[in-house]
Order: sequence, then structure tokens, then C-alpha cells
Amino acid sequence: MNPFETLRFAVGGLAANKVRSGLTMLGVLIGVAAVIILLAVGNGSSQAVKDSIEKLGTNALTVSSGGGFGGSSAATSTKPLTVDDARALADPASAPDVESVAPEVTTSQTALYDGTSHSVNQVVGTYPAYFKASNSKVAKGDYFSADDVLNSRKVAVIGSTTATDLFGTASPVGRKIVIGGTPFTVVGVLDTKGGTGFQDPDDTVIAPLPTVQNAFTGFGPVSQILVEAKSADATTPAQNEITTVLMSQHGIKDSSALDFRVSSQASLLDTQASTNKTFTVLLGAVAAISLLVGGIGITNIMLVTVTERTREIGIRKAIGAPKGVILGQFLAESTLLSLVGGGLGVIGGLIGSRFTIVGIKPVVIPESVVGAFVIAVAIGLFFGSYPANRAASLRPIEALRHE
Amino acid sequence: MRQLLSGRLGRVRTGAHRAAGPDGAAAPVEEENLWGPSPVIEVRSLLKTYGHGDAAVRALGGPPDPVTGVSPGVDLVVEQGDMVAVMGSSGSGKSTLMNILGCLDVPSDGRYLLDGIDVGGLDEHQLSLVRNRKIGFVFQSFNLVPRTPALAQVELPLAYAGVKAAERRRRALAALSLVGLADRVDHRPNELSGGQQQRVAVARALVTAPAMLLADEPTGNLDSHSTEDVLAIIDRLNASGRTVVLITHEDEVARHAKRVLRLVDGQVVADVRQAPVDGPPPALRDPAVFAAHAPHALTSGGS
Ligand SMILES: Nc1ncnc2c1ncn2[C@@H]1O[C@H](COP(=O)(O)OP(=O)(O)OP(=O)(O)O)[C@@H](O)[C@H]1O
Ligand SMILES: [Mg+2]
Repeated sequence: MNPFETLRFAVGGLAANKVRSGLTMLGVLIGVAAVIILLAVGNGSSQAVKDSIEKLGTNALTVSSGGGFGGSSAATSTKPLTVDDARALADPASAPDVESVAPEVTTSQTALYDGTSHSVNQVVGTYPAYFKASNSKVAKGDYFSADDVLNSRKVAVIGSTTATDLFGTASPVGRKIVIGGTPFTVVGVLDTKGGTGFQDPDDTVIAPLPTVQNAFTGFGPVSQILVEAKSADATTPAQNEITTVLMSQHGIKDSSALDFRVSSQASLLDTQASTNKTFTVLLGAVAAISLLVGGIGITNIMLVTVTERTREIGIRKAIGAPKGVILGQFLAESTLLSLVGGGLGVIGGLIGSRFTIVGIKPVVIPESVVGAFVIAVAIGLFFGSYPANRAASLRPIEALRHE
Repeated sequence: MRQLLSGRLGRVRTGAHRAAGPDGAAAPVEEENLWGPSPVIEVRSLLKTYGHGDAAVRALGGPPDPVTGVSPGVDLVVEQGDMVAVMGSSGSGKSTLMNILGCLDVPSDGRYLLDGIDVGGLDEHQLSLVRNRKIGFVFQSFNLVPRTPALAQVELPLAYAGVKAAERRRRALAALSLVGLADRVDHRPNELSGGQQQRVAVARALVTAPAMLLADEPTGNLDSHSTEDVLAIIDRLNASGRTVVLITHEDEVARHAKRVLRLVDGQVVADVRQAPVDGPPPALRDPAVFAAHAPHALTSGGS
């Protein structure tokens, strides 16, 4: 019995029961394809987070009000962040690693244009430095200038989502929109940032700080201060300088009782990336379970097949088939099943990964393809050989009498 | 391939003799081997029980002696070229004996020497070689491999013997035409009549040219015409020197044998010789006389 003949016997055995062989193959196919697609979806979403880290700029630091992560015991004397704090941070003598500073106030308002109403996620009042620090670039028109800020001009740069919602395909630059009862002239439209979160970063209106304070928030504290460090490497010294400057501004002596928080964009996104990792692991677990179910399918089919064909095994043994040959035939059958099923699963998984799934563009992990395929074949081999070995070990007469 | 096989079995034989050394002293078997050609089948104090304790069924070997508590066991010697019919009532142990002779089952006790080889000393792989090369087994219930055409069916033992495809096909076709089924080679078992299936089974048993043909009620499921066909084939095989052991319930079939054994309760109670070991079987010795003595007139087209 050469390998080719063993293979021919195996193909004959599988063809003898096409429906059963087909269903088993389908089980393996789904298992393998699920592993590949689900892991690709997980990988795709963390890839998207990585991309947005680059988009947001790794040099940016955010100063916000409130205690540290440990919770502040001196919370009673919390001083809010003010424009004066921002001005102190912009002093190159005390904070040499800071490139630029942009205090921010944010609010939510409804924007109107020509009868179209749109509720804007985030209306930001800030300084021009905000654009560079937050990696926001205009696609059409221009940024507002320092002069606009000084003169409290009612001008605004709007996000791409806001633009399409209000203007459709028309160009918004130079047009007047009414935000919360105040007319603003649109001077620029931002590039689409895209994002993975539930908040659309492109649904935004950015206007000069005093204008927004005057119109909506009043001239009180600011929501946060966006600081840009001189370089990515300078974020840590800049963070220390900010802490020192603000401690003296707020009259805090104890560095463990801060009433503000400095965080880098990169560290925020790191947290998000690790959340994503959990997501990927979860998807992987689901995928592994489906692969396992596929494997149990093979085991079950081989068990049924062997039990059903025990008499046949007895006949073959009675006419002198060595145990190894019988084992080889059944092993070849289960290997064929899992090879073909696994192969089709790989093809299915790769095709499935070309589509966007729940807003995520899957990115195939090559290791998952190899891994899923190898595991499927290994399961087929292992669980295929077990029942066959059991039957082939019977005495011919026992096998022949089997019912 | 065939040389390899004979080399293998040769090794087996010496191995078996060495293994038989310690307990072989009491057996007269060894002495006989020294003087003449060893008989094809030699069985000493064979016992077969199923189950344990009170539920034990003594299928072969007879009831235990009331004094010693030991069953006498079955002793049987079948010479090369003999044609033996085994008869006996249902449950008398015929199939049990046959399965042991065919190496499909193992005895509970006793020794079985096939062509001088102690079968008890063979391992799994050697046993499969013995089944493949030395024994052709025909079952009462045909036992063809399902969904397999007749030709592939008959090629199967040759495939397991490692015979090349072309040679295999040639020999399988020859065996099938010997049983008169040259025009049915592509038929599957479910497309063949019972008699035709049994003839495929006979072709499969004889295609490896085994020294011994064992048949458990080969004609049990067949009509009288098919019975004649199958018996004619068996007669010719015996005439060409094959040893044949067959089980039957019918006197008409037993008439073809050179020797008739009768089993009762797992023991041989009668052993009648109808024709000498050497020479053709009764049916071919004097066909006209044989046919004339048939209990009912049959068409002679069968042979
Ligand atoms: N696997 C088994 N387990 C238990 N008892 C068995 C088994 N096989 C056979 N027997 C018993 O052994 C005895 C002999 O059985 P065997 O098949 O040899 O009879 P037989 O002579 O061939 O009968 P028949 O002419 O009906 O075929 C019977 O009593 C049977 O019940
Ligand atoms: Mg029987």
C-alpha cells in the first residue's frame, strides 16, 4: 500500500458519505475563518488607535483641573485653571520646554445655517496654538489668527462633519452660521480626522477664546489648557515644568496634593490601546472556541464513521489488512477533511477580512492564519487517529460481530 | 514482494519453534514434524469459553470432566489437500472452531499450529500476514466491503499484500472469471444476487492463492443452483491441491467432502472419511456416478 493508494482509499471513504463529509468540513471552515476574521477585527481596531495617536500629536500635554489619580485630600481648596495660569506656562524662562500654550473652554451649542440646524458636539474657544498642538489642519480656508483673538472677532473654524451637516457639498468658507444665537463667520474647515470612539472628533467648532467666553461660558475658569512640548522627548521635562509653575500659581507646597492634572495624549491613547488589546483577546477567545467546536465536529464524525464502519474494518482485517494500513486510511480521511476544511476556512477568512466590519477595517494577522490552519489539521489528525486506532485494535471477529 | 513474504514467514516459523521449546516436551507434535510434512492444521486441546464465572459459555472443548474439572478440548489434524466438512447442530461450536482456524479469534486454551507455525506466538502484524497469505476465508454472510465494485473487492487482499496495480488487476480478473463473474466486475454488492456475492467472496478468498480455504456455511444463503456453482468451484480448488474446510448443515454439501466431522457440544463425536486425502474430491472422481446418486436431479450446467 503506497501513500497514493491510501489517499485514494480515503477519498473513496469520504465520497461514500458526501453530506457528512461536507458538514464536517463546514465546521472546520467556520472555525478557521472565525479565528482569522475576529483576530483581524481586533487587530484592525488597535491599528486604528495607533493611527489616531499619530494624528493627535504625541507632543501634546493636557492640563485639566482636579486632583491626581490618587484622589486629592486637599480638594477643598481646589483652584480652577485660568487664563493667567496659561499665560504663566507660556513664559519661556520658567518653562523652557514648552513650545506653545492654548487655554480651552468647551461647550455644546446648536448651529444654524440657512434653516439647517445641527447640534455641535464640541464648541471650543481657544488660541491659534491649539491647532498645531492638537494636530488639527485646515483643509479649506485658514485658521483664525492671534489678531482675531485679541479683537474677539466672531470667526470660527469648523470640523468636517459639522461642515457637511450644515452645508452639504457647498463650501462653508466665508459664510455666516449662527451658533447659540451668535453669528459666526466660517474662516476654515478642518481635515477629517476620523476616529474609533463614540465621539466624532470632526463634529466641532473652534473659535477665539474671548469670543466663546463672551457668548457662552463667561470669563471664568477655562476647561483645560493644551500645552505643546518642544519635541516628543521634551514631554516629560515639560510636564515637570508645568507642575512646578502651576504649583506656585496655585500656592501649593505639597506635590502630593495637586489640584490639577497633567496628562499626555500618548498616555491617554496607551490606555485606550490596552483596552483594545482586551477586546482583541476576547475576540480571540470566541474564535478559539469556534475552532474547538469545529475540532469536536471532526472528532464526532470520525467516531461515528469508525463505529459505523467497524464491521468493514473487521472484513478488511479478516482478509489480511495490517492494522497500520487501516489506521492510515482513517487518518488520511480525517487529515483530508481538516486540510480541505482548514484551507477553505483560510480562503473564507481572508475574503471576509476584506470587508469593513462594524466600522472597523480588519487587518489580518499572518500568524493567526498559520496558527488556525495548523491547529485545525492537528485536531483532525489527533482525534481522527484515536477512534480509528481503537477499532483497528479489535480482533477481526469482534469487529465483524459489531452492531 | 513474494520473496520478502516467504522470508518473513520463514523467520516466523523458526521463532515459533524456539518459543515452543519450554512447553513442547509433552507434545508429540514436534516428533511428527521431524518425520513427515507438517499437516496444514494441527489443533491440540483447544478450548474456547465466552464470559466468566457462572455466565461462562463453553463454546468449544466439551463439558468439564466431573472428577478433574478439566475439559477434554478439541484435537484435530487436517492433512495437506484434504477436504473436510464440519457438521453439527446449531450452537455446537462450528463457527467458533472455524474462526479460530482462520486466525480471526484466539482460543482460550490449547495450541493451534498452522503449517507448523504456532499461531499463539505471532504478533498482530504477523497474524495479518498469515490471514492475507495462508488463509482464504468465506463467510456465511458474504461480508463484502460495502459500496465497493467486485473487481476492487477481489483486488483488496492483493493490495494489502503489496501487489502492483496491473498485476493485481490481472489476477483479480482471473479469479473472477474462475467463479464465472467476468461480466460483473463493476457491480457493487447491492447490485449482485446472493449467489453472485458469495462467488465474489470465494474469488476474494482464493485470489492470493492461499494453501487453505475456510468456508463457514458458504452455501447457507444460496438456492440449490447457486450451491452447485459454488461447490463446483470449491471442488476444483481442492482438486488443484488446496486444503478446504467447510461448515455445512446439508448432507448434499457434505457429500462433496473427503472427510466429515460431526460436532456436538463443542466436541468432535464422529470423523468419517469418504475419500482418500490424495486425489480429486468425490464429485470429480467419477462425476457421472456422483450425479446419479444425488438426492434430487439437478441440471449439470453448474460445473
Ligand atoms: N461472542 C460470543 N459470546 C458469547 N457466547 C458466544 C459467542 N459466540 C458464540 N457463542 C456461543 O458459543 C456457542 C457456539 O457458537 P457457534 O457460533 O460456534 O455455533 P455454530 O455451531 O456455528 O451454530 P450455527 O450452526 O447456528 O451457526 C453458542 O452456544 C453460542 O451461544
Ligand atoms: Mg455458525
